Amino acid sequence: MRIGVVTFPGSLDDRDAARAVRAVGAEAVALWHGDADLAGVDAVILPGGFSYGDYLRCGAIARFAPVMDALVPAARGGLPVLGICNGFQVLCESHLLPGALVRNDHRKFNCVDQRLVVENAQTAWTSDYEVGQEVVVPLKNGEGGFVADEATLDALEGEGRVVFRYAGENPNGSYRGIAGVTNERGNVVGLMPHPEHAVEVGYGPSTDGLGFFTSVLRQVVSA
Amino acid sequence: MGNVVIDVMLKPEILDPQGQAVNGALPRLGFDQFTDVRQGKRFVLTVAGEVTDDVLAAAREAADTLLSNPVIEDVVSVRAEQDVQSVRAEGEAR
Repeated sequence: MRIGVVTFPGSLDDRDAARAVRAVGAEAVALWHGDADLAGVDAVILPGGFSYGDYLRCGAIARFAPVMDALVPAARGGLPVLGICNGFQVLCESHLLPGALVRNDHRKFNCVDQRLVVENAQTAWTSDYEVGQEVVVPLKNGEGGFVADEATLDALEGEGRVVFRYAGENPNGSYRGIAGVTNERGNVVGLMPHPEHAVEVGYGPSTDGLGFFTSVLRQVVSA
Repeated sequence: MGNVVIDVMLKPEILDPQGQAVNGALPRLGFDQFTDVRQGKRFVLTVAGEVTDDVLAAAREAADTLLSNPVIEDVVSVRAEQDVQSVRAEGEAR
């Protein structure tokens, strides 16, 4: 089981993502933004950070990196892909996921241990959770407000494609409190909070993030 | 040398925290007649020659793919603009 972690110029959570992959016994494969292929990995994580300094729009320039030319068709073909924070922004900019992320409504950078409610436990990355389960993982961003038009939001809710919703107070003005979404097939998941920072006792608020990585492991092994 | 000027605005239904921050500051300076502020982006793309129809078409494509995100933004205008120096130079030549 090999899971690729892409490093863009300005990525900063790539090492934590790789560490989370190793924590569940899988092999972490470092992928570079300039790579033309995905080195045959079984799944890919786009990590958090500030690719290209967040210039233009968060994720907008990373979307056109060479590695994305390989990733976009692979994701459309069913490869499990997880976008965390900046990775989520890249997936939205690539139109692999609907909506977009804009500046937090309170205009401040937010760094908190965030409660989330699991709303879809059937994706490649969330099958080890239960619907309605509450998890706590770090949330840290300046542009984490999930937005989309009403029709898209209605479709996402109607099709069960809201994967996580913020519990308690909405931390950033995300429409309908949406923290993470998936594509129609359930193989591509993006969220603003950071499960990779919650995989080991003593480092982070919980080990609630482990489920992402055990889920995809099981998914790939059974596929 | 010519320029193409491209203006991009957030769609009306998308929250604009930057515009709101500006809107909040205006009354403190005594500008109390403005009820809302929306902040956009302007791109100026320069070409070596004249701005031909082909150049404008390429600029429109760039505007729709990289310079704006159609999910949250509208490209409100793409237009040719002679740069100030070459206009001056032409004036002086006459």
